[in-house]
Amino acid sequence: MSFEFRAIYWREMVKYFRYKSMLITSMVQPVMWLAFFGLAMSDSFDKLTSLVPNEPGVPVVAYISYMGAGIIAMDVLFSSLFGGTTLMFDKKFSLLRETLASPVPRTHIILGIGLSAVTKALFQTFIIIGFGRLVGMEFFKGYTLIETLIAIVGITLLVAIFTLGFLFLSGSIAITVENPEGMQSILTLVSMPIFFVSNALYPIDGFPTFLKVLSMFNPMTLLAGGIRYFALGTNFSVMGNHYIYTTVDIVVAFLGLIFFALVMLSAAMWRFNKVDI
Amino acid sequence: MTGNVIEVNNLEHSYGSIKAVDNISFTVKQGEIFSFLGPNGAGKSTVINILTTLRKLQKGEARVNGYDVAKEPNSVRRSIGIVFQMLCLDHEMTVSENLEYHGRIYSMKKKERSKRIEELLKLTDLESKKDTLGKDLSGGMKRRLELARGLMTKPAVLFLDEPTIGFDIQTRMRMWEYLREIKREGTTIFLTTHYMEEADQLSDRISIIDHGKIIVTGTSNELKNKLGKDLIYLETSDNKAAAEILRSLVSVKNVTEDTKSLRIMIGEDVTHVLPQIMDKIRREGIEIIIVNIKKPSMDDVFVHYTGHGLREGNENGNGNGNEKQQGIETAVVSE
Repeated sequence: MSFEFRAIYWREMVKYFRYKSMLITSMVQPVMWLAFFGLAMSDSFDKLTSLVPNEPGVPVVAYISYMGAGIIAMDVLFSSLFGGTTLMFDKKFSLLRETLASPVPRTHIILGIGLSAVTKALFQTFIIIGFGRLVGMEFFKGYTLIETLIAIVGITLLVAIFTLGFLFLSGSIAITVENPEGMQSILTLVSMPIFFVSNALYPIDGFPTFLKVLSMFNPMTLLAGGIRYFALGTNFSVMGNHYIYTTVDIVVAFLGLIFFALVMLSAAMWRFNKVDI
Repeated sequence: MTGNVIEVNNLEHSYGSIKAVDNISFTVKQGEIFSFLGPNGAGKSTVINILTTLRKLQKGEARVNGYDVAKEPNSVRRSIGIVFQMLCLDHEMTVSENLEYHGRIYSMKKKERSKRIEELLKLTDLESKKDTLGKDLSGGMKRRLELARGLMTKPAVLFLDEPTIGFDIQTRMRMWEYLREIKREGTTIFLTTHYMEEADQLSDRISIIDHGKIIVTGTSNELKNKLGKDLIYLETSDNKAAAEILRSLVSVKNVTEDTKSLRIMIGEDVTHVLPQIMDKIRREGIEIIIVNIKKPSMDDVFVHYTGHGLREGNENGNGNGNEKQQGIETAVVSE
């Protein structure tokens, strides 16, 4: 068992904490989403849906709590998608040569960067959860301490697997394209459908069937749904929609995300083994 | 087998239909500085990349520190240090972090890492810069940091690909000092260069490489002595005729015509030969315009063996009407 990925992880983290501007913006950004977009949207949604009768006996969840899970998913999506860019610069400025010429297996390079992205993603996740409380986002409402801890572990795992998946995807693109502009446009293209064809911000029940089917296979939907399972409970209603999450749903979410991450890992390995210096 | 840190046999490498390395064999002995001298595109970097396992070996055999480059790449990697042709430092990390990272990717223990970093900062005079970011270093300092990094794991052999390319002469000379110091500490050094002076100043042995082939190998002195004791540069009113006359003289080893002058290789003491030569030419009615005597330099050696100047790179010959093979002696002067 070798642990060289720790060296890669160490380097990424040194640089993450070195640049305070990067560090701070990455932390402030999710808060801004929540504060501006979240509050604006939740007010209008709540107004629009206030007339829809809720089923009696089902706990009603404010839109901002529902959307909070989506904001986490969105934030983690963007940071992991752009997280691979570091590889492109490393390749461009031939920094990668040093590592490629060392005995470090190539899997470790991508794994090290992946784990650093997970760390950053978790920072952001918990900032959103923490800050969300201040603006009325009610996660873990009525949970006991144990239930809260289990929920946090669950969310951590989901976010970690999801981040790895998208980091591997982003890494494979980064190692393949030559210039930052190309990388940027590919990422924008990829992120758009993933973000909008999902239940991150709104329920998918109203989608046309075609989009609905697509969105069910979207890792973004799996993550947002999974976070809701852990944070909001298995039975709640929001905007007049009644949600029931079962154990099967959460198992499917985990399996789906693990599958996605593994596919992306093999894609990354395939691209990585082609890298010539 | 013992005493050789690098052994290469019949190495060949092609990019598509272009043969970059053409049946090369050589050995590098323990503790020496060995140079590949040749123009850009001669195949130097390809050889270095194969030996450092960065490029797959296509044909032939190569061993570094006793390990087969093709079969035991990881053992090779653990035995070597590399300074790449292009600067490749992390500009966003400090000097000591750059070294720290290197130690980490080679799984060095923490204590060992910090001890080695201290030693190397001292060796390369970077102690005062240890917390400076890579991007704030001067070109020469960056190179020294790369040198330190290459030595981090105490490699059996240090590879340097054009280590002083683009540097001014002071920086280069300083770099040479560091390399000599490293050699004194027992590290074998393999370097490629297209600076004659660099090969001359540093190397225990030099291989001149051109068009993917080793033309000749030897110590700097051996290579120069091959050209005779002295060189005479002669400019006359009729170089062609003068060359004919000179070729008939016993004391003249070789005559080459450059654009304006004749280059005459002399086997004996030039002080006796020169009056004879001048006499002979004058008697034929040819006027002597300029005479210059010098000891053979690496430049002369290079031109002699490859048939063209270093700067001309890939162009074969130099179009001076002087392609009369000046003995591309594939002979190895010494092994």
